[in-house]
Amino acid sequence: MKIKNIIITFVSAIAILFSTSVVSLAKVVGDKIILGAAISLTGKYSSNGVHTQNGYNMAVDRINDMGGIKVGGKTYKFDIIYYDDESNPKRAAQLAERLISQDGVEFMLGPYSSGLTKAIAPVTEKYGVPMVEANGASRSLFTKGYKYLFAVLAPANLYLDVAIETAVELNGGKGVRIAQAFEQDAFSQDVRLGILDAAERTGSKIIIDDKLPKELNDMAATLAKVKAVKPDVLVVSGHTKGALTAIRQIAEMKVDVPMLAMTHCDAAKLSKQHGKNSQYALCASQWHKTLTYKDDFFKDGMTYAADFEKLFGYDPPYQSAESSAALLVFKDAFERANSFDQKKVRDALADTNMQTFYGNIKFAEGGQNVDKPMVLFQVMCDDAGKCENKVVAPLKWASAELIHPIPKWSER
Amino acid sequence: MDFLIFQVPMLTLQAVLDGLLLGILFALIAYGMALQWGVMNIINIAQGDLVILGGYIAYFMYLYGIHPAWGVIVSPIIMYFVGVIIYKLVINKVVDRDLFISILATFGISILFMQLMNFAFGADVVLANSGYGTTMLFDNSVTLPNSKIFSAFISIVFAIGLVIYMKKSKLGRAIRATAQNARAAKILGVDTEKVYAATFGINAALCGVAGALISITFTIHPYMGLPYTIRSFMIVIVAGLGNLPGVAMSGMGLGVFEEFADYILGTEFRIGSVFLLLVLILVYRRFKLSRKREYLK
Repeated sequence: MKIKNIIITFVSAIAILFSTSVVSLAKVVGDKIILGAAISLTGKYSSNGVHTQNGYNMAVDRINDMGGIKVGGKTYKFDIIYYDDESNPKRAAQLAERLISQDGVEFMLGPYSSGLTKAIAPVTEKYGVPMVEANGASRSLFTKGYKYLFAVLAPANLYLDVAIETAVELNGGKGVRIAQAFEQDAFSQDVRLGILDAAERTGSKIIIDDKLPKELNDMAATLAKVKAVKPDVLVVSGHTKGALTAIRQIAEMKVDVPMLAMTHCDAAKLSKQHGKNSQYALCASQWHKTLTYKDDFFKDGMTYAADFEKLFGYDPPYQSAESSAALLVFKDAFERANSFDQKKVRDALADTNMQTFYGNIKFAEGGQNVDKPMVLFQVMCDDAGKCENKVVAPLKWASAELIHPIPKWSER
Repeated sequence: MDFLIFQVPMLTLQAVLDGLLLGILFALIAYGMALQWGVMNIINIAQGDLVILGGYIAYFMYLYGIHPAWGVIVSPIIMYFVGVIIYKLVINKVVDRDLFISILATFGISILFMQLMNFAFGADVVLANSGYGTTMLFDNSVTLPNSKIFSAFISIVFAIGLVIYMKKSKLGRAIRATAQNARAAKILGVDTEKVYAATFGINAALCGVAGALISITFTIHPYMGLPYTIRSFMIVIVAGLGNLPGVAMSGMGLGVFEEFADYILGTEFRIGSVFLLLVLILVYRRFKLSRKREYLK
């Protein structure tokens, strides 16, 4: 009798479980298009994870408020199911699996960082779920032949390409001597590959090529070498800790170098944490609010920045802007596909050719955006010590002139 | 390009000085570890996380407009109580058990601390600016950040202070007695429970000092604790337990060794070379002990 009760309870529990999951097993519920996203809300990427989520949320609200998405003569609204991937690639892959097979999500938004996108991409690919991602720039994402992965951002190897080209241009077209230090992670090593390409193309020479450890917080040895060999350009990439450590120690060790190019300056809040010491640093960025791209939803960069600040109380980093752009891409693709068929949406995504406030978006075969160049800004401070990031390259978008060479520490 | 360090003599000097200053700071953390390892037979995996927590105390002082150097006073006081609380909650339950249990327990504390710090302070990398400037030697070819010199100086002050305290004070004598033979000390009236709590508190306080110094000289981040644990573990292994001058020497030696490895082998082999050294030293020691007909437990 007892066993019978247990069996009945067990079977009915399973039945209830199935019935609920069947209800949610639909990509479009009523007038809602449900997207799935695993985002780092805790763990080491949590601050950038939150920037990503804020970007997504702002775009969802904006698109919904401005009439939603029109498919097959009917109007739909976006909704996102979020899960916290704890900044852990394994967890992210599990959650992608869960979003697709349990929650029935048929369209995905990307997580934060190249590493987590790499973990999720095989899952979305397996199920044929189109994923528009905004925060995975590693080149290796675009060389695996993924068909359902689309990235609105420029790949990592293009991050500091512009810096080398600018340095060569300023050197009268002759090659320059480059010192570089990169963290040993997928993203930074991709940036490094881009520099190697650029060096070969321009006839430049790499005279220091250091790899920094993951737990980097001291690069005194690299900088001492830089002081001894006096390169024309110093390139550093190691996420926020790389940017912060480099500026601190360059200032402390009085390292004079004509050009300093880095990544992750705005994420590191460089000028806020280091003040005038960060002056003249050149930083690669996917986006800057002063760029003049336009769209119907956010108007332009300045308006986006102002609206974002009103909502979330801080200036949007490029991670938020590109995340918002991902939803604009999805909306555009749904409307062109005029269907919720995954294949049709995928094909529509592949044919994307549009301008958003974030930049032009057009996907190459591998899924990376090839229509949006990186921009370089330079940290510029006034006498009172107030610092601002000003776009200096490419020239088309420049709002200030590049200061080159960087004045010596003894003259500052 | 190879062995630039030998072509430019000033680089050698720079490497030695950087290594020494770095090593002294590491030695301070290792000092705390050696103390509680020796007294309580506990390997504290959360050592680095205590350091980072100490760093955050100095960072928050800096954020609220107090000079972060005051952190070397405030941080150890707060961290002492944090240490005592950890002891009362967890460590006292594992203190008599075997080493494996204590490693597991402190590993758990380490994970807990990382997540709590991440939750409370955010995942951003932060630092505190001391504005101490730079000492330039030999026409700017050797530069020493004053913050590093300050760190080394404070570390030495605390280390010497602790040695004197251990020799002269009642509690210090009780700690040493407990380390030698806990049972005998108990029979002679030493409250070993109190001694253990104080030892763990002192260790946490030393971590607090080191953390404050690290926030001034380097950067801090909730997940950056483990390298400090590993380094101090190595320093203690190399020096041997209860050998405080040895800890100082091996700390500085490791600092210099790391810098040279960086120049000669490349930055990517910096940590790896330290591990290699550790293995070599352990093998050498075993070899030496086996000739003496003793063996390592």
